[in-house]
Amino acid sequence: MSDPTRLGVRALRDAIAARTISAAEAVEAHLQRTAAVDGRVAAFMLVNADEARAAAAAVDRAFASGDTPGPLAGVPIAVKDILCTRGVPTRCGSRILENFVPPFDATSVERLRAAGAVILGKTNMDEFAMGSSTENSAFQVTRNPWDLERVPGGSSGGSAAAVAADLSPAALGTDTGGSIRQPAALCGVVGLKPTYGRVSRYGQVAFASSLDQIGPLANSVEDAALVFEAIAGHDPKDATSARLPAPRVRTALGRGAGGIRIGVPREYFARGLDDDVAKPVRAALDAAVALGASVREISLPHTEYAIPTYYIIATAEASSNLARYDGVRYGRREAGAADLAALYLRSRSAGFGAEVKRRIMLGTYVLSSGYYDAFYRKGQQVRTLIRRDFDQAFDTVDAIVTPTSPSAAFRLGEKVDDPLAMYLSDIYTVTVNLAGLPGLSIPCGLTGAGLPVGLQIIGRRFEEETVLRLGAALEGALGFAARRPRLPEQAAPSGGR
Amino acid sequence: MPITRDEVRHIARLANLEFSEAEQDRFTRQLSAILDYVAHLDRLDTADVEPTSHAGDEAAALRDDTPQPTLTSDEALANAPESGRGLFKVPRVLG
Repeated sequence: MSDPTRLGVRALRDAIAARTISAAEAVEAHLQRTAAVDGRVAAFMLVNADEARAAAAAVDRAFASGDTPGPLAGVPIAVKDILCTRGVPTRCGSRILENFVPPFDATSVERLRAAGAVILGKTNMDEFAMGSSTENSAFQVTRNPWDLERVPGGSSGGSAAAVAADLSPAALGTDTGGSIRQPAALCGVVGLKPTYGRVSRYGQVAFASSLDQIGPLANSVEDAALVFEAIAGHDPKDATSARLPAPRVRTALGRGAGGIRIGVPREYFARGLDDDVAKPVRAALDAAVALGASVREISLPHTEYAIPTYYIIATAEASSNLARYDGVRYGRREAGAADLAALYLRSRSAGFGAEVKRRIMLGTYVLSSGYYDAFYRKGQQVRTLIRRDFDQAFDTVDAIVTPTSPSAAFRLGEKVDDPLAMYLSDIYTVTVNLAGLPGLSIPCGLTGAGLPVGLQIIGRRFEEETVLRLGAALEGALGFAARRPRLPEQAAPSGGR
Repeated sequence: MPITRDEVRHIARLANLEFSEAEQDRFTRQLSAILDYVAHLDRLDTADVEPTSHAGDEAAALRDDTPQPTLTSDEALANAPESGRGLFKVPRVLG
């Protein structure tokens, strides 16, 4: 029998459906691998072995009685700790939610369960998804499986590391300014940020509500597409969820890149981009031409304004969303406060970490009397200009290809004391959130030092199909999907392999 | 220095956060650097540009107002730091 941890979502699902592997064996293999290697990677905040075994047993029973229990039946999936899971702690990387146990499932989690997936556990993340290295987690430092001295990216760093280390065939992440795509790039896996409104945000701890979107990470485009199909579609519980039928994208994946008009924005290949990253991305563009796509240079003239615009809008929305943490209904409460005002002040000051406080402060400032027009309204106006850039570009091209991040994985600690430097690692991804577009990151090669490089494909709103189709074609041509980090296995304490 | 220490203290009060003297210094420095960077936007003339508040094209869709099961009182109170008699408990508000 082939190793279930190396099969990926589709092959594992097919093997379970054909009953050559049981769902119980599949989940056991992933739990064992996690026990053997996650001591060094620290991707998981929590592994829910009992619940996972019970869910797998239910899938096996369903198959035994002749039922077909859903398109992801028996496939283990890890979930970022920002998504509510009924009865299972959801800490969002924050001490303020240290003891929070949601009484309901996020819609995306509910849909995974309905598709037969087995939830393995919750993955580490930057506190409230604010960060690009996962170092802002209040609980643990996640390491990049390709080099344990480097960051996995963030904020969905635990999800990306879990998939890269074969602890889980797929994972859910969230992406507000690049938090699925950037860690996917740094860990050498595939990550999809769907169009804003495509996946219900119900049950996602809110960061910046006009930018947040949930999406999959996996080891191949097809695997990401399978998970995307399971979680996407209209949900009455999220007023911003698009009233469109659940997308069926996988039939398009085999169609190749022929005829796709690719735009390459010159502003994304300018100062600040590492040569080590530019080279494999340009090689991938050559590969696209060989596959029958056409490539032309385009301009997205307001690109240089994207990061400042993002940090106005995202922090303003965050300061409002995070006002709910008051030590009353849930979350941390500091003891001994004499009155309600002191209770708020002390609970919030003790519960939030430095980056979260920095962003709440910035957001409060840009919304405050006297600064609203100069900052917040200005940011919203520039957002319009950035959006128009894309609208105009998509008049003449079908997809836009860029690097996902300006550099490969950086060292742990390298940027923690320099917030601006950290913010710049999202320079190629935030525009996509500001414009509400779908963006896919696929691995396209390695740097000279052997670190993965990600390539981003951006599409028109609700055209995930084009993005995934081009991604699948490039993936086939580049042959990266089979590559894995050489993570030395340590002997499991007992009963392991 | 686009933001002063007094402003940092004022914003902290609005945000229900408190900081030590050392933290106030650090936040003043860091927020100033970030605001300097954000000030790049001033180079753009946006007088005639409509603001975008949302990524979606369509207005938020409201669902039909039909009653549905919701959390029980016990479920809603399960995460409260302090509760009693079916209520959230807070320190005395009025003397």
